[in-house]
Amino acid sequence: MRPGGRDVSHDTFMKLEILLLLMVLPPLAGAALNGILGRRFSQATVSLIGCGAAGLSMVFALLSAWVYSQLPGLPEPFFHPYFTWIQAGTLHAEYAFYYDRLTLVMTLTVTVVAFLIHLYSRGYMEHEGGYYRFFTYMNLFLFMMLTLVTAANYPLMFVGWEGVGLCSYLLIGFYFKRKSASDAGKKAFIVTRIGDAGFTVGVALLFWTFHSLDFQTVFDRVAALRQGQFESELMAAGLLLFLGAVGKSAQLPLYVWLPDAMEGPTPVSALIHAATMVTAGVYLVARSSIIYAHAPSALAVVGAVGCLTAFYAATIALTQNDLKRMLAYSTISQLGYMFLGCGAGVFAAGIFHLMTHAFFKSLLFLAAGSVMHAMGGELDMRKMGGLRHKLKITHATFLIATLAISGVPMFSGFFSKDEILAGAYESWVGRPWLYWLGTATAGLTAFYMFRSVCLTFWGKSRVDPGTEHHLHESGSKMTVPLIVLAFFSVVAGYVSWPRAWHGSEAFDRFLEPVFAPATKALLETPYSHPVSLGPGALMGFSILAAAIGIGIALWWYLKSTEIPDQLAERYAEVYTILTHKYYVDEFYNWLIVRPLCIVSEKFLWRVVDVEVIDHIMVDGTGEETARVGDFLRRIQSGNIPSYAAWVLLGGVLWLLYIFTAHA
Amino acid sequence: MVPLSHYLALSVILFIIGAAGFIFRRNIITVFMCIELMLNAVNLAFMAFSRFLGNLDGQIFVFFVIVVAAAEAAVGLAVIIALHRNRESLNIEDVDSMKM
Repeated sequence: MRPGGRDVSHDTFMKLEILLLLMVLPPLAGAALNGILGRRFSQATVSLIGCGAAGLSMVFALLSAWVYSQLPGLPEPFFHPYFTWIQAGTLHAEYAFYYDRLTLVMTLTVTVVAFLIHLYSRGYMEHEGGYYRFFTYMNLFLFMMLTLVTAANYPLMFVGWEGVGLCSYLLIGFYFKRKSASDAGKKAFIVTRIGDAGFTVGVALLFWTFHSLDFQTVFDRVAALRQGQFESELMAAGLLLFLGAVGKSAQLPLYVWLPDAMEGPTPVSALIHAATMVTAGVYLVARSSIIYAHAPSALAVVGAVGCLTAFYAATIALTQNDLKRMLAYSTISQLGYMFLGCGAGVFAAGIFHLMTHAFFKSLLFLAAGSVMHAMGGELDMRKMGGLRHKLKITHATFLIATLAISGVPMFSGFFSKDEILAGAYESWVGRPWLYWLGTATAGLTAFYMFRSVCLTFWGKSRVDPGTEHHLHESGSKMTVPLIVLAFFSVVAGYVSWPRAWHGSEAFDRFLEPVFAPATKALLETPYSHPVSLGPGALMGFSILAAAIGIGIALWWYLKSTEIPDQLAERYAEVYTILTHKYYVDEFYNWLIVRPLCIVSEKFLWRVVDVEVIDHIMVDGTGEETARVGDFLRRIQSGNIPSYAAWVLLGGVLWLLYIFTAHA
Repeated sequence: MVPLSHYLALSVILFIIGAAGFIFRRNIITVFMCIELMLNAVNLAFMAFSRFLGNLDGQIFVFFVIVVAAAEAAVGLAVIIALHRNRESLNIEDVDSMKM
């Protein structure tokens, strides 16, 4: 049992360890039940099991949080091993949970969002087919995600890490009869695999250096080092772990799978590809904060990659016409913000944005799903417009989420994004260029989000007359989760009132114990730049950026709607590059996929498989055996005297051998 | 007293006669007799060594060989009769149905 808990009565610990199991296991049970028997159940039973499991998880996550906060000796992490899982030489891994304030935030965010999305899916998936399969995968995903965030060592975390990857693959390819969907699933699986290779090697390196994979042991050992000790090992491990995070969280250069992942059902995009799984990389970096604090160069890479991704994905989102794909690029961009926060050493701000983003981005996706439902599957924003009259609730909630993501004051995204940007500017390892690029991205974000609102909900209707008359608001199964998420999208930011407004940033104070060792270690690194702008000025700039973005969007897409087309014509080259997403998919196709296909077909298939394996090895074995047999069969003449002669010959030769050997 | 080498020479001569007959003769009965001849050549060698070395091991072997030879004769003759009934022939070259 971990220190800090020693003086606590046994009862409390008993409670928390059981509560944690009760939080993690119901989704697994739900997945098993629906997976094995779901085919025979009615839709009502399936959704009851699925939503019930997610709901139980949420209830026990809340209870665990409450019991944990009642423990004396806070803010020590709570650690409980259930049984030994791997014992091989010095490698010892337990099935153990690690619960501290970071885990608390993650489990609450994950379970609340997951429960709401499960509720929404009841309505959304009604007529889609594969109802029980959907809920099985969703429950399994929730179990794996909770394993990921509660794991107490890297191997167990990796189980969750791969588990969510598997569920992501299954759910992207949910409509497996559509080739594009199954291709997208494979793409996601393979691209994230590149990152996972980095993760495994990084974990192996940590084990090699610190002889343990247990979080607490590794972190304690790293924290005991002076700044600069083991720096190359820590830097390599940090970069390798970050490679895993880059794959999972869709950062440059491995982001290409996320836009394609939109082939999955919309609740999946909301849960897995916006709110939870893709933030696992951020969680990994934040969880390993002490490692990065002792390898500032790795941390600088995290910040730079995050910032560049944020800006890059935002520029692509500017010209997307597919509502969900636009949101996917926006997700990549927002994940970049989270990494920017971590890279600037303000891990708490990164996690804060992770939480607020989970609410408003899943809301955006669910609202987009509601639009899709009304439009009969249409996602092209050019064929929408004026939907606010028919889809009142969807419009209102989408607008709230848009305000939140655009960083409009008093909405959650404003608070979290601002903390990240301020951290990027003024923190010990921050850099001004990170701040300016981040602020520019905030402007772009506001622009493309309001562009989508204008195109979808406002202005004149461009909907097909055929679709127009059956436009309808979704049922309450879908709208109630939207409203709840909209509520969170507004208030989630209030947990951390900014310093510029004489607040205490309570959320950051709450997470401080988790990141204190990292913050302390970072203070020992050389300080790189003078601070000349105060928090008020920084906030002013980000509000200004949002205002400009929103203003331009309204001007171009509501008032003078001819401007975007004129611009697209005048700067046709830039526009083409943007609509083709910088040709990165084409580039990867040319660089990796095509050569791989050619080598596979011309060499691996036609030479290795057909010639070497089929002809030489498989057929060759048979043919050679037949030939030898054909020769040997001549000995079997059926003529008894010839057999006798052979026996005699053998006997004579044997005798000769004996005599010569002993002579 | 007859020396050991004479007995062994006789044994070898008998064995070679038996082996040659086994290989070159075509009549099954003759072949069969040749087998007996070879066995008895070996028996002779056993007995000669047994006397020469002054222990009874060789004689015990001879008993075994005689028993086996008797059993073989019983089975072998039965096979030969069956063959003769089936093929109307005692020529060994007619017995080649195992040949491919």
